[in-house]
Amino acid sequence: MSATAAPIEPSGAVDAGSASTLRREVWRELRHSRSFLIGMTIVLVWTVCAVAGYHIGPYTPFEQNLNAVNTAPSGSHWFGTDQVGRDVFSRVIAGARSVMLVAFAATLLGTILGTVLGLITGYLRGWVDESLSRLIDALLALPVVVTAVLVVAALGPSSITVALCIGVIFAPLIARTVRTAVIQERELDYITAARLRDERGSYIMFSELLPNVMPPIMVEFTVRLGYAIFTVASLSFLGLGIQLPTPDWGLDISQNISVVSAGYWWEVLFAAAAIASLVIGINLVADAIEKAME
Amino acid sequence: MIVFLAGQKLPGDPGRAILGPLAQESGVRQLDHKLGVDRPLLTQYDAWVTNLLHGDLGTSYEYNRPIAPMIRTALANSLKLALVAFLMCVPLSILAGVVAALSYGNWPDRTISVIGLSALGLPEFVSGVFLILIFGIWLNVLPLDATPPPGAGPGTQVYHLIMPAIPITLVLFGYIMRMARAGTIAVLDADYTRTAVLKGLPRRTVILRHVLPNALLPTITVVATQVGYMVGGLVLVEYLFHYQGIGALTYNAATNKDFPMLEAAVLVIGIIYLVCTLVADIAYTLLNPRLRLAAD
Repeated sequence: MSATAAPIEPSGAVDAGSASTLRREVWRELRHSRSFLIGMTIVLVWTVCAVAGYHIGPYTPFEQNLNAVNTAPSGSHWFGTDQVGRDVFSRVIAGARSVMLVAFAATLLGTILGTVLGLITGYLRGWVDESLSRLIDALLALPVVVTAVLVVAALGPSSITVALCIGVIFAPLIARTVRTAVIQERELDYITAARLRDERGSYIMFSELLPNVMPPIMVEFTVRLGYAIFTVASLSFLGLGIQLPTPDWGLDISQNISVVSAGYWWEVLFAAAAIASLVIGINLVADAIEKAME
Repeated sequence: MIVFLAGQKLPGDPGRAILGPLAQESGVRQLDHKLGVDRPLLTQYDAWVTNLLHGDLGTSYEYNRPIAPMIRTALANSLKLALVAFLMCVPLSILAGVVAALSYGNWPDRTISVIGLSALGLPEFVSGVFLILIFGIWLNVLPLDATPPPGAGPGTQVYHLIMPAIPITLVLFGYIMRMARAGTIAVLDADYTRTAVLKGLPRRTVILRHVLPNALLPTITVVATQVGYMVGGLVLVEYLFHYQGIGALTYNAATNKDFPMLEAAVLVIGIIYLVCTLVADIAYTLLNPRLRLAAD
């Protein structure tokens, strides 16, 4: 008898713990994915720099040495010095903080807003869905950078404006993904059961639907994080984000690009390489997670 | 269009922005009156729409000159840049996408996909910096200045635009290549492709006649919708290379609170975006016989 009972038991167990089984499977897949490991290493290195970057560099990022301006990379200044004699290496390490913090805050805000919007529009449908969807279309009518330039120029340049602006622009994009997932999910039996139990709408949305649409939200979060870094770096390059003298990759590039024609290449090359490596690292991680979820 | 009302409502006093923080309050108010920005909002909006319908975009606060000719020059400059970028990008990325799909899973596919993924994620100004360093400074083969000397022939103009066009090309390459690759892979799997192969048609014929026309349909839509995205990239590239295009114009107008200019520029960008989406839809319908029949 035990032989026939055996196949029944796991099927019940899968139902109860399907979320954690899925997580374990995804994790196992990720651990064997080369692009995930490379990407994660890059992201972790920059995270350490973002947290401790102001202290682990050989100099502080603000320290000016006017006897050593525009010096080429050497033993005492690995990446050279900039126009006011600040150590480029220390500034590149410390510069990870502003871009990662703002991009992370913007993505988190966008994901939370977008998830709430997506749950509401997907679950309630009807006129709420209709009017919110029109609003979303209107928000997406302009390229992200142009919208951000408008908003930031109007409200004045600051990291908080940039984070809010990117978060609000991302929200409808994330809402769209969440809405699609919710629409598929709401036809399933457990939602019908919850409705028959006469549960409140908010309970069904946040306690029943939300845990089950988490995988696409996680994928969306990592993909959006890459875009956020792209946009944050671009806006600070335009001078619309964080202000001097805070070390920031985009800002440092726009400050020093004018002296590149004089041959001082090190003042922009390393910051550009830093942005490139961070963006590529996050994209590798996002790509691997997306593949593993499939 | 209501978006432009928001543009008018943005905080920031134009009179103050023009005269600077040290100007006297009375002078600021006088200038505000001359510009008409102290009138009620509805009156201003009404005047703006009426003038717009007569083809009058208004006068720039900053330059105190009519906007329309300035927009026209900037737009022409941006179109040149965009055209160079498109001519480099579209054939190259479609070719790369198709080659990747035909060697699905092998090394050409993997190499092209990795390049595409990296190109997609790099902000235009970052790849621009690499290009400036490599081709402008170290190899010294391309000019650093995007604006050609006055009176330059078309050849010289293109030569000056190659470097600014590459960053835009790179981002578009990522998108278009991915679409072309996905489209080709899907079509290669389709029954009619198998039929064509089993009929004994040469591989060349199958690819050119059966696979490509169907595979490139979704790619066309992507190309057109990317035009809107490209304007965002233009802001960055024109800023980096000091090129007087529509992106630089929008950026300057926004930072100088030149509202009439800003509204006109954003309006033009919006119209370009709409037209491109429309063209994409029409092209898609013309190329897809199924949609054509459904419309009849």
